[in-house]
Amino acid sequence: MFKYIVKRLLIGCLTLFILATITFFGTKAMPGNPFAQDNRGLSPEAYAALEKKYGLDKPVSEQYVIYLKNALHGDFGESITKKGQMVADIIVKRAPVTAKLGTVAFVVAVSVGLTLGVVSALTKKRWVNNAITTFATLGVSIPGFLFAMIIMYIFGVKLKLLPVMELLTWKHYIMPALALSLSPISMITRLTRSSLKDVMNKDYITLARSKGTKELMVIIKHGLKNAMLPVVTYCGPMFAGLVTGSVVIEKLFTIPGIGAEFTNSIINRDYTLVMGLTLLFGAIVIVMNIVSDIAAALIDPRIKLEK
Amino acid sequence: MSENKIVLTDDMLELLDDSEKNSEFIAIQSKTFLRDTWDRFKRNKLALFGLIFLIIMVLGAIFVPMISPFGYEEQNMMLRNALPSLQHPFGTDKLGRDILVRVMYGARISLAIGFSTAAINLFIGIVYGGVAGYVGGKLDMVMMRIIDIIYAVPSLLYVVLILMVFGNSVKSMMIAICLTSWIQMARQVRTQVMALKEMEFALAAKVLGASNMRILMKHLIINALGPIIVCLTMMVPSAIFTESFLSFVGIGLDPTIPSWGKLANDCRPLLFTDPIQIIWPIGAICLTILSLNFLGDGLGEALEAKR
Repeated sequence: MFKYIVKRLLIGCLTLFILATITFFGTKAMPGNPFAQDNRGLSPEAYAALEKKYGLDKPVSEQYVIYLKNALHGDFGESITKKGQMVADIIVKRAPVTAKLGTVAFVVAVSVGLTLGVVSALTKKRWVNNAITTFATLGVSIPGFLFAMIIMYIFGVKLKLLPVMELLTWKHYIMPALALSLSPISMITRLTRSSLKDVMNKDYITLARSKGTKELMVIIKHGLKNAMLPVVTYCGPMFAGLVTGSVVIEKLFTIPGIGAEFTNSIINRDYTLVMGLTLLFGAIVIVMNIVSDIAAALIDPRIKLEK
Repeated sequence: MSENKIVLTDDMLELLDDSEKNSEFIAIQSKTFLRDTWDRFKRNKLALFGLIFLIIMVLGAIFVPMISPFGYEEQNMMLRNALPSLQHPFGTDKLGRDILVRVMYGARISLAIGFSTAAINLFIGIVYGGVAGYVGGKLDMVMMRIIDIIYAVPSLLYVVLILMVFGNSVKSMMIAICLTSWIQMARQVRTQVMALKEMEFALAAKVLGASNMRILMKHLIINALGPIIVCLTMMVPSAIFTESFLSFVGIGLDPTIPSWGKLANDCRPLLFTDPIQIIWPIGAICLTILSLNFLGDGLGEALEAKR
């Protein structure tokens, strides 16, 4: 187990290194430069001085070596467009906002999704099942940002029940979290439903029932535990996606999170910030993939980690 | 033995009764694979609805901009933010442009992007996934690690990179979406090929001296067509979603192109004053994606039953 984790982490580091390389040369290949917005009347001398200050006057390969060296020492450089702000500081300031919202959305998605999935797999009432399946299909079909606009209109504009901007009180979390979790809820519902239906027909469920185990215990201990596998493998990457932020949701609800920062940094050609954020996102995705693989192996011992 | 020979004489035989003459008759017409699938598909009302809606959408996208008296950029300052009427069935926008024509023009773009990226993905996915799954071993390991790395890069980064380097035209949007979505197809093909190549018919083909290329294309891919088609129909909506999402954020297509995402974004400030305008692009996106999902589910069921 320990060996496996170390091995996966090493491969992860290699992946991160390649990711850094691609991103570095990719961003340099973009036309335009970070000083474009405030260079109205920027003299060639001033321009050269700015380039020199951020080390952009050197050849790209040399810049790359310098960046890697600094990054290995934990220095991700200074943001080019945000004067005097270190990339690490920006991440520390912005990431918790997104992470908090993402975690709320994740908890909502898992709890609602599981409940709906279990209910629709076990219910004998046809209409309940139909209603849940319809909801799940709608949920994967409506893009989150359109759903966000619809609920913004209904609850924010028409009924004036919920605030439509920023994240100040718990009320502010309701709409963005709902919009973010709509499609994960539907996915989890579908996955839970199909896999639980499979499991409930297995012999060991009949055995547990015939031993007189309470139905609730049968469902939770014998049914759900064995049906969780596809849900767990889906949840890892999904959580990574949520905590790295949804750009549109942050834009729509004017949330000062990391997703919005990422698009802005690309548009502004803020090379160091793009690099820092990409590495952060990459690391989160890699770690979450490892976590979900380990969780899958813990749930189902038949899955061997060594492969 | 020869002593026991029975000689058949005429009185031992009698004519078959007329009613028994047709006992070998097959009452139903024998069906081809396609016909069989179609019959099963027809029974799924939702899938049928999806297909019909998509056909209407495609026809509308082709013909409405052709026969409508209004161009998609034609402004009429006398008729701004008009409500739906006979002349303008969907009303007009803030510059007096006919919304029906704009939405249908957007359908051209969205559907073109959706279908062509799916087609490109199909090609890349079959080649990449097929080779990785069929050859296996070290090559498979390397190819899968490459996929893992590409997967770890935030897809937004590529898309924006491509759009910046190649300009924000429809063509570069297609390239950008393909770059991130072919992985899913390649993984699907690989899993299928890996399972199928262990089957007897693959071995039989090998024994008969078929070339690797022939086995892969004629035997393995053909047999994996069901899951591939389902994966394909799921790709179209995700491409449409990505395009509309990017244009909505404002980093997508050229702002003069009225794609669905752009139309929805245009309506955002009007949420408070003219909410009816936003129904059309949202409705178009949601219904199209919904129809494609129904279609995919229906096709999946119809093809799956064959196994």
